[in-house]
Amino acid sequence: MQQKQTRPLVELLGVTQRYGRGERQFTAIQDVNLVISEGEFVALLGPSGCGKSTLLRIITGLNRPTEGLVRYRGKTLNGVNPYATIVFQTFALFPWLTVEENVAVALRARGFSRDEARKRAVELIDLVGLDGFEQAYPRELSGGMRQKVGIARALAVDPELLCLDEPFSALDVLSAETLRGEVLELWTGGSLKIRAVLMVSHNIEEAVFMADRIVVMDKNPGRIIAEVPVNLPHPRDRKSDAFAAIVSRVYAVLAGQTQPEAIEYGTEPGQNGQTRLLPPASVTALAGLLEQANATEYERDPIVQLQDELGLDLDQLLPLIEAAELLGFARIENGNLILTPLGEAFAEASIQARKEIFASRLRRLPFFRWMLRMIAAADNQSLRWEVLLTALEPEFPPEVAERQLDIALEWGRYAELFAYDDAEGRFFLETPVATA
Amino acid sequence: MFKPRTFTPDVPVRPLLTRADLWLLLTIIGLLALVVGIAERAPATVQGPEISLSLSALPFYAIRSVGRMAIAYALSFLFTMVYGYIAAYNARAERILIPLLDVLQSVPILSFLPVVLLGLSAILPEAWAVELTAIVLIFTSQVWNMTFAWYQSLTTIPRELREASSIFRFSRWQRFTTLEFPFGALALVWNSMMSWAGGWFFLIAAEIFTLGERDFRLPGLGAFLQTAADAGDLNSIVWGLLTLIVVIVLLDQLIWRPLLVWAGQFRIELVERDDENRSWLYDLLSGSKLAAWFGHVIGRLNDTLLVWFGRRPAADPYLSGTEKSSPIEWLAFVLSVVLIGWGVFSGGQLLLRVPLEQWAMIALSVGATMLRVVMAMILALLWTVPVGVLIGTRPAVAAVLQPVIQIAASIPATALFPVLVLVFLTVPGGLNIAAVLLMLLGTQWYILFNVIAGASAIPQDLRFTTELLQLRGWERWQTLILPALFPSLVTGLITASGGAWNASIVAEYVVFNQQTYQTIGIGAQIAAATEAGDFAGLFAATLVMVIVVVAINRLFWRRLYRLAETRYRME
Repeated sequence: MQQKQTRPLVELLGVTQRYGRGERQFTAIQDVNLVISEGEFVALLGPSGCGKSTLLRIITGLNRPTEGLVRYRGKTLNGVNPYATIVFQTFALFPWLTVEENVAVALRARGFSRDEARKRAVELIDLVGLDGFEQAYPRELSGGMRQKVGIARALAVDPELLCLDEPFSALDVLSAETLRGEVLELWTGGSLKIRAVLMVSHNIEEAVFMADRIVVMDKNPGRIIAEVPVNLPHPRDRKSDAFAAIVSRVYAVLAGQTQPEAIEYGTEPGQNGQTRLLPPASVTALAGLLEQANATEYERDPIVQLQDELGLDLDQLLPLIEAAELLGFARIENGNLILTPLGEAFAEASIQARKEIFASRLRRLPFFRWMLRMIAAADNQSLRWEVLLTALEPEFPPEVAERQLDIALEWGRYAELFAYDDAEGRFFLETPVATA
Repeated sequence: MFKPRTFTPDVPVRPLLTRADLWLLLTIIGLLALVVGIAERAPATVQGPEISLSLSALPFYAIRSVGRMAIAYALSFLFTMVYGYIAAYNARAERILIPLLDVLQSVPILSFLPVVLLGLSAILPEAWAVELTAIVLIFTSQVWNMTFAWYQSLTTIPRELREASSIFRFSRWQRFTTLEFPFGALALVWNSMMSWAGGWFFLIAAEIFTLGERDFRLPGLGAFLQTAADAGDLNSIVWGLLTLIVVIVLLDQLIWRPLLVWAGQFRIELVERDDENRSWLYDLLSGSKLAAWFGHVIGRLNDTLLVWFGRRPAADPYLSGTEKSSPIEWLAFVLSVVLIGWGVFSGGQLLLRVPLEQWAMIALSVGATMLRVVMAMILALLWTVPVGVLIGTRPAVAAVLQPVIQIAASIPATALFPVLVLVFLTVPGGLNIAAVLLMLLGTQWYILFNVIAGASAIPQDLRFTTELLQLRGWERWQTLILPALFPSLVTGLITASGGAWNASIVAEYVVFNQQTYQTIGIGAQIAAATEAGDFAGLFAATLVMVIVVVAINRLFWRRLYRLAETRYRME
């Protein structure tokens, strides 16, 4: 990497991925342009649902984009890229094959004879440090060892482009850390044919620790919002100021995607304009976040510290922050989370008072205004789940509509805006008589 | 000088053949000798069309019956592989094939009989045609659940395993041997076992049948039992039943148990778990050199096939989501449209020939059969739920009762039917009782086994909680056991009621001692139309039954199943 080559290996030109047709169409990835050059380790980072895994599948040729081109070494990719390989999040090992067979099977597909495949497989298993486990089955191994098999299998096909799809997120903290080091060693050692590495991650520190360049994505629709270079020499020191500065910068990019007030609330379903999606945040977790933020004396970067103290990963934290913003409990300034007076009041309020604050905020959201009006207008002021779902479906693809209604159900129930009968699948307005 | 004390372990002596091999060889030779001996010693009478009641003919008949079942099963297996594969990989074909499978599943098996027999007689000598007809009948009783299971397992392969197969450029054959077949193996074995049980049920009915004036008999256990019942020969009935049980137990021990244990290695979950399935034969085989050698040969064969099928990476429509129409697909589409059009046209013509009174009779009959099915289900629930819960929650009881129940369940109800008829024909309304009892006997096991599975899956914590809360008697059933059982009860009932409808054809119409006994029922209508060679009536009755069964499935069972899935699932 000292003599950084700049020949592009992979180029994405205007890549867009849509699912569904007509009104239910859903854009997973919009107009992505990206170049991965030889000698680069690139990390794709973003909240869940931003299409980073889909993008990885498009780059390897597993998925064909709806629009746009993928070029590999200047040639347009058509079908699965034979020079690319993937290490999967869930390992994707065949449970009925031994470690050796799992590696050999990739070699057999490339035309190696049974004996050649076995010989090479044993070498690769040695390389990742699993010698002695050749005849073990995946179920006998720990998560970290399973992923080593996944890595050995990926290396078996002598790939030029190694793709890692959240490879460490299914592992315990210690195994993940060890494996990160080992992957970096394989990469920087330079004895392999690998020309570039592309890693999908939702862990900022991991990305800063490993990658030369971080491509940050956001959702709705999935797109690239920033690219952050990491010009630190390996091995990187997580405690160093330079490291922390880059982590903070990425956090600021990710959390600071606040839009102006008018767009923020969006319009009601059925009206012109975009309906603001409710972030998938549970009320309990949101209350926890506000309490913690209220009680914390900040020593470091607030969001990083909060994330540590609450033991949440980015995928869990971002929706909470988004919900806190949407409800007016907090705002993001320069990547810092700041509670509003209302947020502080909520954090200190009693159970009943919290519900009242929450309810008053929900009533301001176009989504809830629309929902309450729909229910109030129905016979007996009660409305079936399916009716609301159908009403939402022109707006969102079906899974999204269902998810939105689920979130609205939890929030509204907590705020006692309405009640819900699970057996009948009906929403009711809470009447003063009923609550006595 | 100091000499390090080294320890050189002996190279383990590997005997050419192990003790397991000895046993294996002896067993194989013994079985061969047995079959040859039986074939040689078959009495001269069994060659003719008459069914001999002599005991020496029994082993011969048993072999003929098993042979028929095996051929039908082989056909079912081939059909399953091809049909399921096409349905799973071709979205266009899937839209036709899967609803069609749903309908075919509910077509009463015996309704196929005249059509198949006439069709086959036209092109084959009669003896062959009759034999093949029986095989086709058994095939239709075995094939649907297997096909469905294979299709389902193909469509539920985890996405990342598909992606791995694709990214590592597996060819079609390699994907089949490393991913698809192993993933489906366990479901295939389970469903094969169920199919054999269903096959035995209809084998008994398929070996003797009348069509118009003609009476067809095939040498086999089913024909033997029927003939014995006709003659009122209780002694022969008992011997026939015993032979049947021995055959079923042998097949279970020699084939299905080992297969089940073998298929256990293909479980997808990555957790270790205690395997409750054991097989002495599998243990024996795994210590055997012959078996290892056989496995080696299979591996080499696979190598050859791998080369033979080429290394072109298989496209996976589950990943790319793109489809292209091939000319073959178009041809198949046009052909099926023509076939369906022709079927609807000629079917419509047939239906027009059915007089109005017969339609009224068919409507009444459907109602009567439905009542019988409901009664059989209620009776089955009454005893299977308490017994199943007892077995499922008390291992001590299970240890005693499980083997007994397994043997009892393996006896096809149709084999017992002649005995039932013998007993109940003297009672007024006897055939009615016998019909309900046959439905009960044939289908109660599905419910029982599901209840046992459901009850044993009730989480320990919940059981402790109800004990701590001091819930007793009905309260305990209401809060814990019944809700927990609900999903498995529904699953069991769906299979059972489908089976009961099918059984009505055998149950409602009996030819006994040259006399015909029948009650009002859709099964009786179908059987009577078959016997009289009344194709219009047969078609009308079959069609009505198919529509009713499919409608009940769609409108009632599927909703109940969804409720069970969403509200009562244990997680």
